[in-house]
Amino acid sequence: MAVNKFPVEGSHIMMFARSIADDNQIYYDEGYAATTEPGRVIAPPTFAQSSAQFDPDYFLRPKMDEDWFGSGKEATGIKREASSGGGGGGGGGLHAEQHFEYHRHVGPGDVLTAEVKPGKTWEKEGKRSGKLVFSETITEYRDQNGELVITARGVGVRTERPVDQ
Amino acid sequence: MALAAKDLNVGDTYTECLVEDLKRTQIVMYAGSSGDYNPVHTDEKFTKEVAGYPSVFAHGMLTMGMTGRMVTNYVGDGRVTKYGDRFTSQVWPGDTLNATATVDDVTDGVVTLSVETTNQDGVVVLSGYANARVDT
Repeated sequence: MAVNKFPVEGSHIMMFARSIADDNQIYYDEGYAATTEPGRVIAPPTFAQSSAQFDPDYFLRPKMDEDWFGSGKEATGIKREASSGGGGGGGGGLHAEQHFEYHRHVGPGDVLTAEVKPGKTWEKEGKRSGKLVFSETITEYRDQNGELVITARGVGVRTERPVDQ
Repeated sequence: MALAAKDLNVGDTYTECLVEDLKRTQIVMYAGSSGDYNPVHTDEKFTKEVAGYPSVFAHGMLTMGMTGRMVTNYVGDGRVTKYGDRFTSQVWPGDTLNATATVDDVTDGVVTLSVETTNQDGVVVLSGYANARVDT
């Protein structure tokens, strides 16, 4: 996965802030933001995750010309091999960890790129879901000047079966 | 308002209620804003019949985003330098979540917080840390 152009926009920050139920006006109101220490609208700490919107190949977004595994007439739009295993998350497993390092806080007007590099993989036996396979990805977000602004490390996990409740 | 090192002591805590009775619509909002449309978060039929879970559940990143709100409310705007979490248990519609930051260290103008979010049953759903600049 790579994102060649992730324009950070005020309306996207507003929608993102609403979606995490954060009413801090620094995410909504330029006039208020000008009175804060950053002096402008900035993105909430986890906003970089929404770079998925700008990844043309992101697999967890339905594409017009491809089947989608969510329900329509049937419970899933894609018939899978019966032996394909749980996967736990239904599509790509579950998100186990996420880490961000902020070199600078981004805001409207910044245009980012994201380069994703594979990290470590490891396995563990889980009590509630069978064998767990973890895999790590490192994402480097750079701004319009090529400066590194956010380093993100994500860990995904595939489970042998759905997690027991 | 940002924090000042002189006012912080190891063991200090700050707690916020993140959400009471989490609604499916909030999860839909997060899918829309983040772009993560995995049906396990929004599609009850798929999630029950194909993925094998009792209902849709929240994105880990929704819990992390809401917990991040507690962190930024505590440390101030633009002050966070690192923030990371492990998702230790799933979050379901109807859950009520509380998040707490605990001061672990204050050194050279940086506070290190441990962060924990629990549900209405006291189950830890998220466990992590944050670093933030503080006034010296």
